[in-house]
Amino acid sequence: MTHSALSIRNLSKTYTRPAVSDLNLEIKAGEFYALLGPNGAGKTTTLKMVAGLLQADKGDIHIFGHNAKTDPLGAKQITAWVPDEPMIYDRLTPLEYLEFVAGLWEVPGDLAAKRAEEILDTLGLEPHAHERCEGFSKGMRQKVALAGALIHDPKLIILDEPLTGLDAGSARMVKDVLLKRVDDGCTVILTTHILEVAERMAQRIGVIAEGRLVCEGTLAELRAANTTGKSGEQSLEEIFLDVVDRSKEQNQEVAA
Amino acid sequence: MSRTASYRWFAEHEFRLAWRDLYGMMSGNRPGRGKRIFIVSLIISLGLHLLAWAALKSTIAHGITSDVPTLLMVSGFLLLPVSLMASQAMESITRAFYTRSDLELILASPAPATKLFAVRMVAIALTTATLTLLVTAPAINVLALTDNAGWWFAYPVVFAFGMMATSFAILLTMGLFTIIGPSKTRLAAQIVAAVVGAGFVIGIQLVAIISIGSISRLQLLQSDFLLARAPEISSSWWLPAMGAMGDGVSAMTLFVIGVLVFAATLVMTAGSYGKVVLKAASIDLASGPKKQSKVAFRKMSAAAMLRRKEWKLLRRDKWLMSQTLMQLLYLIPPAFMLWHSFGQGSSMTMVIVPVIVMAAGQLAGGLSWLAISGEDAPELVTTAPVSAGQVVRAKVEAILISVSFVAAPLILAIALLSVHSALIAVVCVAASVISATAIQLWFKAQARRSNFRRRQTSSRVATMAEAFSSILWAGTAAIWIVGSWAAVIVALLVLAILAFTWWMSPARQSQMPMTDSI
Repeated sequence: MTHSALSIRNLSKTYTRPAVSDLNLEIKAGEFYALLGPNGAGKTTTLKMVAGLLQADKGDIHIFGHNAKTDPLGAKQITAWVPDEPMIYDRLTPLEYLEFVAGLWEVPGDLAAKRAEEILDTLGLEPHAHERCEGFSKGMRQKVALAGALIHDPKLIILDEPLTGLDAGSARMVKDVLLKRVDDGCTVILTTHILEVAERMAQRIGVIAEGRLVCEGTLAELRAANTTGKSGEQSLEEIFLDVVDRSKEQNQEVAA
Repeated sequence: MSRTASYRWFAEHEFRLAWRDLYGMMSGNRPGRGKRIFIVSLIISLGLHLLAWAALKSTIAHGITSDVPTLLMVSGFLLLPVSLMASQAMESITRAFYTRSDLELILASPAPATKLFAVRMVAIALTTATLTLLVTAPAINVLALTDNAGWWFAYPVVFAFGMMATSFAILLTMGLFTIIGPSKTRLAAQIVAAVVGAGFVIGIQLVAIISIGSISRLQLLQSDFLLARAPEISSSWWLPAMGAMGDGVSAMTLFVIGVLVFAATLVMTAGSYGKVVLKAASIDLASGPKKQSKVAFRKMSAAAMLRRKEWKLLRRDKWLMSQTLMQLLYLIPPAFMLWHSFGQGSSMTMVIVPVIVMAAGQLAGGLSWLAISGEDAPELVTTAPVSAGQVVRAKVEAILISVSFVAAPLILAIALLSVHSALIAVVCVAASVISATAIQLWFKAQARRSNFRRRQTSSRVATMAEAFSSILWAGTAAIWIVGSWAAVIVALLVLAILAFTWWMSPARQSQMPMTDSI
């Protein structure tokens, strides 16, 4: 039996108001999936529940068949989380950071050393491998955090706004690394406000609004589903704004 | 004429920011608590006055005269806050030089930086003196109301010392800046501040140990050793003590000297403030070693890796070193006393063990905060395939082993004097360290490691509980060494405080296991 990379069933989380409501999501293994939504739509809350950083009020999460609630360590073993604000240790060097992360995931020493060398080289961090991270720019810190996410060769990588604040060169490098990972069979889920990134990189796109998945599919499927009578091919931006507006109107009607 | 960028305008701006900062700190950033804060402050103030009255009533009943023994005692108690004021001022000045916040906005404007510097330094002098008065005012008021109204003159004396201590701190910090440069001054100033703050107390304790064989400052100030060396009553050395005791001319002379010294310091240094701040801003933050550190990707358990990471970060945390230096410096007198009293029996351990117990508890509190609340990558650790329990255990082990490194040599030295006292020290140090660590676990609040200096402001309950537990475990140790069963009562009292602290903690209130969010 083949498992989905990520299977979410009836997931709900409420703070003072519902952040995620009965969300269902199915992401296939080896897929590049972009999760879009306006600010406060519930994207980060959803992904944090998947990564084990938040407890769900209701619902099930399965990562490659591992139930995140009953087998959290099994789920974490194959998952990597990259937050929007890179949280790394200022007083460790990138190499020491990778050594620490490899230790947490108990990657054999020789293998970790080899992977660290490759990852640092790929991300252009090799010249800074022995400098402490305290003086690094946002882009460099983001690359160190991404390197940490790759060192244990995860099957699922979740990234929350990974390209925010990166210069063009760094953003390109991160995008290339992610695409290469997907080519190698890894599953990548990312949230982004840069719709062009989702349009060009993602195989499937999901849009969340007010905690619910309001549309999902490939770009072609989204275009087909969102026929507004306008001539020409719609951009993802137009589709996104239409879908979010419609969802808002529907919610207002229900509330009324 | 425009009011903007005048001294008064800057002062109003600074006062508004300081007031909101203070109110936010006292109210926990919750609005509408002004009345409650006022009432609690009033009750605390009344309590402190009652304590001062209880401590001073027999002295006042005997009558206070301006003789040499009294002047010596008052001078001793005046000099203690001066060294602490200089230390506090140095910390504030370093922050004024290095904290960016609004500096870039102000320096980019056409407003003169010298005015801002003058206003900020005056604010530091006033804050420093006011903080000292928060502690000393109850004693001054009680003396003024029950002995002699002349004691009110202690207020201008404290302000004079505040201005002189701030002047000393400005000159010292500027001196460091010129001699060792901006990148080293930040850390060096913190270390010097710790040494200056603890210096007077440690110095007087060391003199007390050498001269009268006691660690007590009070005994030294009353000793024949010091009285024989004290200056004549007509000496100007007594000016501060005479002023504090009601001699208006002495008090005002000292106040005028304070104002003149402070004004001269500002005139000398204000002009270079802009340059200093710009130099401080251009420090290369990547100050870590450029040489290649050896990284061996060894196979080790996640727990061992976590412990190793904690030790590495603690070792590299220059702020931790400067912030805990004062606590470590206070261990010098008991260590010296151990050495001094070697071969003279074990009675000294009754004084030394409590100091070690208290210092270990406070050190553990600081280290626990760094390892638990100051975790820089909490999401990384939470998403790792390691159970929350394992993470907590590894962090606690790292803290216990770190504190053991500091306490063990002293306890071993005590064991040479008395094995019984050493065993008590081991038990009470362990209890003090575990209590402090538990409190930090219960009150975990994610924060930047660099906010270590302000960790006390995050939870007053945790801060008070940590202080009480280390003090009371120290008390337990002292009473236990004497052999009294009262030690059990004190130990039970600490446990009751810990139970109350747990009951008040967010860990219990959220009904979640405390390890859940580590």
